[in-house]
Amino acid sequence: MNIIVCIKQVPDTTDVKIDPKTGTLIREGVPSIVNPDDKHAIEEALTLREKFGGKVTALSMGPPQAEDALREASAMGVDEMILLCDRAFAGADTWATSYALGEAVKKLGYDLVICGREAIDGDTAQIGPQMAEHLGVPQITYVRKVEVGDGKILCERALEDGYERIEANLPALITVIADLNKPRYPSVRGIVEAYREKEVKTWTAEDICADETCIGLDGSPTEVKKTFAPEPKGEGEVLEGGTTEVCQQLVAKLKDKNVLR
Amino acid sequence: MEFALTKEQEMVRNTIREFAEKEIGPIAAEIDETSEFPVETVKKLGELGFMGMTVPKEYGGAGLDDISYVISIEEISRVCASHGVTVSVNNSLVCWPILKFGTEEQKEKYLKPLASGQKLGCFGLTEPSAGTDAGSQTMVAEKKGDNYIINCNKIFITNGEKADVAIIFAMTDKSKGTRGISTFIIEKEFPGFSIGTVEKKMGIRGSCTAELVFEDMEVPAENLLGQENKGFKIAMATLDGGRIGISAQALGIAQAAFEASLKYAKEREQFGKPISKFQAIQWFLSDMATEIDAARLLVYRAAFNKWQGKSYTVPAAMAKFFASDVAMKATRNAIQIHGGYGFTKDYPVERFYRDAKITEIYEGTTEVQKMVISGNLLK
Repeated sequence: MNIIVCIKQVPDTTDVKIDPKTGTLIREGVPSIVNPDDKHAIEEALTLREKFGGKVTALSMGPPQAEDALREASAMGVDEMILLCDRAFAGADTWATSYALGEAVKKLGYDLVICGREAIDGDTAQIGPQMAEHLGVPQITYVRKVEVGDGKILCERALEDGYERIEANLPALITVIADLNKPRYPSVRGIVEAYREKEVKTWTAEDICADETCIGLDGSPTEVKKTFAPEPKGEGEVLEGGTTEVCQQLVAKLKDKNVLR
Repeated sequence: MEFALTKEQEMVRNTIREFAEKEIGPIAAEIDETSEFPVETVKKLGELGFMGMTVPKEYGGAGLDDISYVISIEEISRVCASHGVTVSVNNSLVCWPILKFGTEEQKEKYLKPLASGQKLGCFGLTEPSAGTDAGSQTMVAEKKGDNYIINCNKIFITNGEKADVAIIFAMTDKSKGTRGISTFIIEKEFPGFSIGTVEKKMGIRGSCTAELVFEDMEVPAENLLGQENKGFKIAMATLDGGRIGISAQALGIAQAAFEASLKYAKEREQFGKPISKFQAIQWFLSDMATEIDAARLLVYRAAFNKWQGKSYTVPAAMAKFFASDVAMKATRNAIQIHGGYGFTKDYPVERFYRDAKITEIYEGTTEVQKMVISGNLLK
């Protein structure tokens, strides 16, 4: 089974800071990590490879330092790493990004593409579904359980109040959520191999034969009106004391807020 | 001169930190309370390669550098010092001497399973009357045909009760004193071997410390590690490296005490403001941060020297002496910052304080480290 996992390097914080002038993320001084949902995608790909054999390729698009995210995927156990890195990709919105990733996926050949549900910096959850559209394959989003067999994939797709069971023919694309699995830790040997023995292949726009009008800023129909960090929620309050005492305090507070009358 | 970690070292730190916080953190207080050896997490650490980090790949290790090793012990000990010493002993007191002095057969048979975490090892040097004076061994190994017959006991052996393999020291020629000591690799299944007293300790209570009992235990001659009568040198060389591991353990404990103190000082209010607004607390925190940083530089320098193949006896002694002292001060002041709460088991700092003390004692007391340092200054 040939599986491609799309991963993104994101700042290690949910407190994203935005440059008010340019509207882009400020990355300086913030350590970078593999996007948390993407680790679940990697884990699922590795589990499927253990069951069915084949190859897992990690794919990312970003600046040269995104290589570190791919090396982490390698330390977890993926076989190959590819970074789409070219100035021509700069300024891409999700549409142009999913086009470029899709072209790379086509070049690689695949049975299954696995993406994390969404990245913690942009929160769009658009890349996976858009890629599936570019590729013209079935997509199953918010996946919390996966079964594969007979050229088909059967997934449980999480909903707010339950789940759907959806079957699709392979090749297909799924986006996964944290409930799906527990990502493995990179092994020490995996880390050593990732840095000393394995190579991150860098592909340019030319390498994936990308249509120039579909990538980077030119290929991005999205116009950002405003980017902002959501207002922080008010501080939580912990009530302390015996059960009766805490319940009385709670009722009093709920009455104060007019939740109870 | 470069003070930055490599990308590889950074990934090791991030990985072991996440593992320690998520997997070890939830059981750290519990195993301290129950004195239960954490079989599951030690096994997982082995599967991830943390039990033989610097052992080359061909012998089941990961082939990492010694800085990555001390970073790992530091990060593990920052969460749980009991796990810290368990891992440190297997790496530096068991895997290392087999790698350094073992035959190909011994490496194949013992190093591979130890370094890959399938087996756990311990190191038996201390005896009831041979502590700091490690040369006055009473354990005797008598050669009989193709075997050595070993009698006597070893005490205070970290991992003792749980270990599958032990490196032990015994007199093969009593007339020669320290030049008559030999080293052996033994298995727990060898007839005549048993576990005696399991110690009840003040700190590192989740690690196992036991007595090894030898009653006419037969060791095949091929299990002699290194040359006959050269064991004392092996012991001393091994402890030089072991001390780097313990200094990293002390560093991790100190770091944990500092982080807990910093958090508490910002949260705890007295006289209408957080206690971090008071200079007395600020000075505690400044002292801790500075001393911990100094300790870290000494620990990393000792590890660097070892990795570079330079002499590390003195740097290791300095690192252990200094880092254990910093750990004691930092944990003591952490309790002071926490006040009465710090004296209770509701906060982790009392555990850090109890755990820190042993770092001034085992693998050579602070006084022994000073003997090593001054011995080198005055030779």
